[in-house]
Amino acid sequence: MTTENPAASEKLAVELVDVNKWYGEFHVLRNINLSVFRGERIVICGPSGSGKSTMIRCINRLEEHQKGKIIVDGIQLTNDLKRIDEIRREVGMVFQHFNLFPHLTVLQNCTLAPIYVRGMPKKDAEEIAMKYLTRVRIPEQADKFPGQLSGGQQQRVAIARSLCMSPKIMLFDEPTSALDPEMVKEVLDTMVSLAEEGMTMLCVTHEMGFARQVANRVIFMDRGEIVEQNEPNEFFSNPRSDRTRLFLSQILH
Amino acid sequence: MSNASDPIVFTPTPAQPPPANTVGVVGWLRANLFNGWFNSLLTVLSVYLLYVTIPPLLDWLFLSATVSGTDRSACEGADGACWTFIKMRFNQILFGFYPDGEQWRPIATFVIGFGALISTVFPSKARKWTVLFLLTLYPVLAFFLLSGGYFGLEEVETAKWGGLTVTLVVSVTGIVASFPIGIVLALGRRSNMPIVRSACVVFIEVVRGVPLISVLFMASVMLPLFLPEGMNFNKLLRALVGVTLFTAAYMAEVVRGGLQAVPKGQYEGAAALGLRYWQMMILIILPQALKLVIPSIVNSFISLFKDTTLVYIVGLFDVLEIIRVSTKDANWIGFEKEGYVFAAFMFWIFCFAMSRVSLRIEKRLDTSHRK
Repeated sequence: MTTENPAASEKLAVELVDVNKWYGEFHVLRNINLSVFRGERIVICGPSGSGKSTMIRCINRLEEHQKGKIIVDGIQLTNDLKRIDEIRREVGMVFQHFNLFPHLTVLQNCTLAPIYVRGMPKKDAEEIAMKYLTRVRIPEQADKFPGQLSGGQQQRVAIARSLCMSPKIMLFDEPTSALDPEMVKEVLDTMVSLAEEGMTMLCVTHEMGFARQVANRVIFMDRGEIVEQNEPNEFFSNPRSDRTRLFLSQILH
Repeated sequence: MSNASDPIVFTPTPAQPPPANTVGVVGWLRANLFNGWFNSLLTVLSVYLLYVTIPPLLDWLFLSATVSGTDRSACEGADGACWTFIKMRFNQILFGFYPDGEQWRPIATFVIGFGALISTVFPSKARKWTVLFLLTLYPVLAFFLLSGGYFGLEEVETAKWGGLTVTLVVSVTGIVASFPIGIVLALGRRSNMPIVRSACVVFIEVVRGVPLISVLFMASVMLPLFLPEGMNFNKLLRALVGVTLFTAAYMAEVVRGGLQAVPKGQYEGAAALGLRYWQMMILIILPQALKLVIPSIVNSFISLFKDTTLVYIVGLFDVLEIIRVSTKDANWIGFEKEGYVFAAFMFWIFCFAMSRVSLRIEKRLDTSHRK
């Protein structure tokens, strides 16, 4: 087993071994095996209901798996709340619907977790928040409330908010699906620049241009299983399974 | 005729004033009172009804009313209200049987509390501290001021408290204490831990399913039966506990409604950042949930305020009870009307103030759609 080799496990950011999950009787994830190396950028695609969101939500325990093993940053996920907290501190997540806190300003959204989870002094937290807000190119919106921003701006705030915790791994759950078309690019640009800095990323997305540009590996899922995975050029030009071919023919025109 | 391909020169049409009969007083009357024959008829009918009812009411309340004199002889022969009765009993209505020389204490308690409360409505840097003072130090201060026995203050036992003082003590304590208990019960009811959840459900459903009057009755009559001989709770304290627990059960359900209205994404967003349960609740979920249910919370408080009149069942003299007893006084028999109109007016003042304050708070906390 790879986990018993310390050298290998040090390079592994996330490891899923035979992960199974059920919603009641419904078998959503079936024997998922996936190893993500540090610095790797992985794009996960597949039809809706294929379990791709569920899979990445298992990685920070927003969903519980019932069978198998998930090891994140060398820590195995169990029901131990301490370990879950530990993992969530190291794993950032960006959601389809941003999930910004509407009663707090943009700056407060960004400083909240560093202050209360990391115990950082307020001044330092604000400094870091401004640094990341500048990186996502909206420092001037710091004192506004999320409701005053456009969807694209909100999603960039959400990315900045995650980055403020200096995560080792970033999860993106369809970050551009709820955005107007002209705002997709500003969010993708932010994600590309993050990828270029070597962040370990798992992205559920249907932006195939993004997959081609930054992914080391594209994973295709259907019916709770990983059907096929490959580096992007091979994946798009030469899909091995007929299911993948059908899917690609439907989303690439 | 111009050709279809000719360039068009756009000249804006100058603005015209609206038709005269749609603006100003005439326009307003037409739009609101006389739009169609049915509404015109209703308007005329309403004006007639107001004409029939308002002048006699004003006459009774003010024009023919008596305020002078010190006993019922002053009101003899007058058609209007006899406010002399209220005037002579005013001290009791406010303080019950609180000793005359010590009445500055309830006044001070009220002025400090009310002043601090009002100051929180206006934005200032000290607001946070004022709220903290109201929730922590103020109850202690109020207790010592009102009951005395320390710091050279004469002790005034609670049996002597009465009137508006008791009404306010019961309702303010009920409001301040039931709020946190209600929140904890609401969180407990949504907890994943089966024992915590069932305990909260049982408490809420039992207390909510019983009339307040029976809760108070049990607290005063049944409780002493179970307590060892000689152990005797203060009457006022019993009423306070009863009212608080009763309101807390209602508050719990109101807060639960707010918790359910907060989108799941907020819980997930907070959890994904590594916030622990209480941090998530206090920093993210409760501020949003409580904001959503401010109207219902105030609704419960207003209803609690009026329910405090039921404490007469345990032998306390609140405003209404003092007035009721006063109307039975041989010297003042026959002035129930004045008594109850005045009681209604006092309750209305406080309830209306609460609803105004809640509107201010709602407006101040509204950040979601501010563009």
